[in-house]
Amino acid sequence: MDNIQRIVQGVLRFIRQLFGDPQTAVGTTIVLLFLFLAFFGNALAPYGANETGDIPVSAAPSTQHPFGTDTLGRDVFSRVMIGTSSIFQKAGLGTLLAVLIGTVIGLYIGYQGGWIDEATSRVIDALLAMPALLLALVILGVIRNLSLEQGSLQFLLARNSVLLVIAVVYVPIVARVVRSSTLEIKTREFVQAARIRGESLGYILFREIFPSVVPTLVVEASLRFSYAIFLVAALGFLGIGANPPTPDWGLMVEEARGGNYNIAPWALNFPAAAIALLVVGVNLMSDGIKNIVQKSE
Amino acid sequence: MSVLKAENVGISYKVNKQWIGAVREFGITVEPGEIYGIVGESGSGKSTIARGLIRYLPSNGRTEPGSRIEFLGEDISAAPPAQMRNIWGARMNLVPQNPMAALNPSIRIGKQIAELIGAHTDLSREAIMDRVIDGLERVNLADPEKLVERFPHEISGGQQQRVMIAMALSTSPKLLVLDEPTTALDVTTEAVILELVRDLIKEDETAAVYVTHNLGVVAQICDRVIVMYAGEIMADAPVYDLFYKPLHPYTIGLLNAIPQPGQTKRDRPLQTIPGRPPSLADLPQGCVYAPRCPLAIEICQTKPPLEAPEAGRLVRCHRWKELADGSINPRTVYATDEDAIITDTLDEEREPLLELDSLYKYFPTRRTVQDIIKGEKPSPVRAVDGVNMTVNRGRTYGLVGESGSGKTTLSKVVIGLFEKTGGEMILMGVELPAALRGRDRETLADLQMIFQNPQNSLNPYLTVGQSIRRPLMKLGGLSRTEAETEVRRLLKAVNLREEYATRYPNELSGGEKQRVAIARAFASNPMLILADEPVSALDVSVQSAVLNLLARLQKDRDAAYIFISHDLSVVSYLADYIAVMYLGHLVEVGEAQELHQPPLHPYTEALVSAIPIPDPARREDPVLLNENIPSARDIPSGCRFHTRCPRKIGAICETDAPPWRADGEGHYIRCHIPIDELIEAQRKTLPEVEHS
Amino acid sequence: MIRFLLRRLAFFVLTLFLTSLLIFALTRVLPGDVAQVILGREATDAALEATREELGLNEPLLVQYVDWAASFFTGDLGQTFSSPRRDINELLGARVLNSGRLAALTLLLAVPLAVTLGVVAGLSEGKFADGLISILSLSVVSLPEFVTGLFLINVVALGMRQLPIIQSLDWWFPASSSINPNATFSEALPFLWLPAITATLVLLAYVIRLVRAGVIEELKKDYVNTATLKGIPRRRVVFNHVLRNALIPTVTVIATSTGWLLSGLVVIEFVFNYPGLGRLLIFAINNRDLPLVQAIVMVTVVIILIANFTADILYAVLNPRIKLA
Ligand code: SF4
Ligand code: SF4
Repeated sequence: MDNIQRIVQGVLRFIRQLFGDPQTAVGTTIVLLFLFLAFFGNALAPYGANETGDIPVSAAPSTQHPFGTDTLGRDVFSRVMIGTSSIFQKAGLGTLLAVLIGTVIGLYIGYQGGWIDEATSRVIDALLAMPALLLALVILGVIRNLSLEQGSLQFLLARNSVLLVIAVVYVPIVARVVRSSTLEIKTREFVQAARIRGESLGYILFREIFPSVVPTLVVEASLRFSYAIFLVAALGFLGIGANPPTPDWGLMVEEARGGNYNIAPWALNFPAAAIALLVVGVNLMSDGIKNIVQKSE
Repeated sequence: MSVLKAENVGISYKVNKQWIGAVREFGITVEPGEIYGIVGESGSGKSTIARGLIRYLPSNGRTEPGSRIEFLGEDISAAPPAQMRNIWGARMNLVPQNPMAALNPSIRIGKQIAELIGAHTDLSREAIMDRVIDGLERVNLADPEKLVERFPHEISGGQQQRVMIAMALSTSPKLLVLDEPTTALDVTTEAVILELVRDLIKEDETAAVYVTHNLGVVAQICDRVIVMYAGEIMADAPVYDLFYKPLHPYTIGLLNAIPQPGQTKRDRPLQTIPGRPPSLADLPQGCVYAPRCPLAIEICQTKPPLEAPEAGRLVRCHRWKELADGSINPRTVYATDEDAIITDTLDEEREPLLELDSLYKYFPTRRTVQDIIKGEKPSPVRAVDGVNMTVNRGRTYGLVGESGSGKTTLSKVVIGLFEKTGGEMILMGVELPAALRGRDRETLADLQMIFQNPQNSLNPYLTVGQSIRRPLMKLGGLSRTEAETEVRRLLKAVNLREEYATRYPNELSGGEKQRVAIARAFASNPMLILADEPVSALDVSVQSAVLNLLARLQKDRDAAYIFISHDLSVVSYLADYIAVMYLGHLVEVGEAQELHQPPLHPYTEALVSAIPIPDPARREDPVLLNENIPSARDIPSGCRFHTRCPRKIGAICETDAPPWRADGEGHYIRCHIPIDELIEAQRKTLPEVEHS
Repeated sequence: MIRFLLRRLAFFVLTLFLTSLLIFALTRVLPGDVAQVILGREATDAALEATREELGLNEPLLVQYVDWAASFFTGDLGQTFSSPRRDINELLGARVLNSGRLAALTLLLAVPLAVTLGVVAGLSEGKFADGLISILSLSVVSLPEFVTGLFLINVVALGMRQLPIIQSLDWWFPASSSINPNATFSEALPFLWLPAITATLVLLAYVIRLVRAGVIEELKKDYVNTATLKGIPRRRVVFNHVLRNALIPTVTVIATSTGWLLSGLVVIEFVFNYPGLGRLLIFAINNRDLPLVQAIVMVTVVIILIANFTADILYAVLNPRIKLA
């Protein structure tokens, strides 16, 4: 019981600290705002993502269309709002998945050491030798050309391929960070005391070591999240992470560039600004988290 | 003229936007050739004032207005760094605690010293290098021409500290500040460095401020001493007076808390100072020591002034007069811990608990290129190399030796954190499995460990109650409610209040954490507890309470201890038997009280004589050993100690492994010199011990 | 030292081997039927069979891998699958050169700037300069490379052309790149500026952050106190002591940023339509040209591994503590 209470208290104190420093507070507010849009953007958007009808084409921003309309006559404001959910799904859930898997791997190999650690670390190195974007491009490039049966498991996975790819490219990074933190913590004497008591592997990993990894993990996760947003946006922009007419921010930028830019620059500027704003928010927040964690140590 | 004269110095730190006074009303006058000790526990402000006196504070620190620091007659209390740069290095130098960190890792040693000399002289490059080499020779470093080309990590800690001393003296400064310069070193190396520092300072007529927590070191090296507590001077006196006529209750407490050479737990328990030092942010109203002082009375709620009982002495206590005229007996100021009095003797033979039979632990090393070329297997690190030892029920075995002797490895093999390479371990007549996995619940419960660093021995994310409860349930098989009750009982047994059960380790002081760790170790009702330096991270005033606690718990619970420590006076106080370890095996085994009289193994003799005795009247020259401890990968032939042995008798020591020699009373020594001859030779050199 | 080199070399080979396995798995095993992927869903059976034959897809996987890996060692990478079919070796050669020029110019711009700014920020931790630099790098790092790139095209290259004075600068900032494959570096330079600036911005924040952290960490070390207490000027403490140790890890930072840079280039080349390796990769993926994808990725990985390897060795040479290891 006292544990749950302590965790709740810890989280509350953490949130209070997030709003304690102006920069971090701004960052957190931005992120929360977008998170809100991710959940309710669809319902709140004045128009549908691909609604055209009697909407004027390439209209400049106005009260009716705050962000203007694109060359096909779609409301940019609505598309940006609706697109929020997709970026949070892909980048956010992808990061979360990577953190979960990477933590388990990192804890295990860091604590066990020996050849398991040696072998896994080499594989991690090999994976990290390939830049995340490249790895993601290759995997997505292959997956989208597969002909899969509708409703099959593979089909389901392929539909969420960007999310999964984010997870895949970040698992090794998270695992490595958790591993090095585990290596340090496992030499602490309370871990030895647990071993002397004959505690099981699971108990030692998750009850004794894991809590001390959490601060590092939170910092790493927030950093990963901001890179994941980048990656998702870049994949969309390159036309590989999303297919038209999805209201994906990166894809919207790509569709509005070139000749279209001269006609409807707002169709490019607003989604680009949305990406930048979200990343600024995440970065401010992650800097703040890092400071809080460092201070508490 | 005095070299350094400080009056009314205050130093504050800004912590969380608040200024906290770390040192208040400090004053000192240091004459040429004088070594002035500043002694105190952690948090006493001793290091802060050391840095404050040389005007080198961290960026969040400041010297309070009104402070006066005069160096060679010049007021430097408000000197800006630009002005200090002419003084630093040229006339004022610092020897820090950790030489490895204090030397730049990527610059050759010679260049680092040359840089200092070059900054304050107009000498040519060659002349500077000559001075560097002279300086290194003065601190007895062999082969200085080669040494200047080395990088800091290539030499030992003792050598690094000599380099720092050579550097500090290279510009013949007027003032030398030494901040715990031997704390990170082995006792044998400490002895060498202390002697060196003392000689050089006297020779150069340098004024020195020597900061330490160790009263033994103070007694051995200082001329005058300031005792600090919670940022204030408690007492200031010539070293002899401080030890023989202490006028402050705190000084008395410190002196009574450390074991005298030869004192054992059977003689009398150590006296302890109750409570813990106050937080600087929340100081007591009157006397800062009042919450812990057994002599505190009404008037102590007002701040005592710093008074001079006689010329050259200062004391800050309302009741110093009673101590001075003898109406208060210093011996009875602090209560004796009646529970810790031990009445049994060693005469009673106890049954064996743990037997180690030629125990080995080798660590493989990586193959080097040479190994591959020569086609040889890499030689392993022979950390434990054939140890035979019997541990009887309810007794304490002190295991001593320099760092690298293998004592910690031995304890980890027994407890199961390392798996043995060979040999046998028998626990109560049954083979003890090497791996923790192979041990059943009873065996796990029987063996427990207390660790050195209280900071890390408790999981910061578990409450004290949770930490102690776990072994009770896991190993003791208690139910949750039974365990809760037992937790309260155990907390009481280690003198902690029940409400500590809900606290987290970061709310506890170091001594309190160690008590919790002890409670946790006793939770499973073990037969044998391995304690690896359990008090070495604690302050003196806390240390004695923990030692008494260990003695009392042993009496109550009849557990045996293997007590590992580098501090021989602590070991010989607590232990019944002593085993001395050198390079992986034992060289001497015997009763603890015999540790201070001949015969002793030449290695033990050196260890014993290196202990800085907390008595300024006894400044015997220690047996000095060279610091080149052979590597455990490459153990010398014959007697392992022959490369350093001051009593080496000839070639036989290099070729033949020495035999165990017995004195017929359970005392064994592994040496070629016969027992009688050892007694004869050592009678002349070993310090006498008075038994009280 | 020899041992260190051997270890690093072994490590290099091992990583290369594992990475090649990974690429092989992704491009040969994951797709199931590679021929189908390459030719698309409507391909005839005969065409599929021919492709399988050409790529040796009917062989056991192990044989396929060995053949494939061998093609890298012999330097014969075969032909592209997308029409017009071309020799991969030749195609890659020109593209690697172009990307290499871009990367070189970027490093030339970014490294000195980033190191200087990082050192300045680190030395003035918590002060104004530090705050300014961190705000700048934060805003730069928050802009995806395609946004900065598009901004530069639209504002600098196209927008500023509206101003009469700038028109004369047309040589410096052409908006898109159509480089003659045989162009010399100086001929290519005008096309390089904008992409290189974009890439610099991407790299800048990353390197600044690490250099700053390195300097701050070193400043806390005890030897800085020793040096200061020698009474030598602050400037000498910083240059002779702090930077000496703080900048050694920077070598590694620059090497690891190679990977970062190369992936940034994929996007940047796409934005600027610059004929480098990155744009070729997008092209290959869009045209389902798996052999070309494999070749590009392998080449990229080899470049990154060589950069890391060189950095390790440089680090060891610069750092006396490693020599005896
Ligand atoms: S002033 Fe009082 S409380 Fe303080 S040391 Fe003296 S007797 Fe103790
Ligand atoms: S055997 Fe020889 S070298 Fe060894 S301790 Fe005895 S006298 Fe010294």
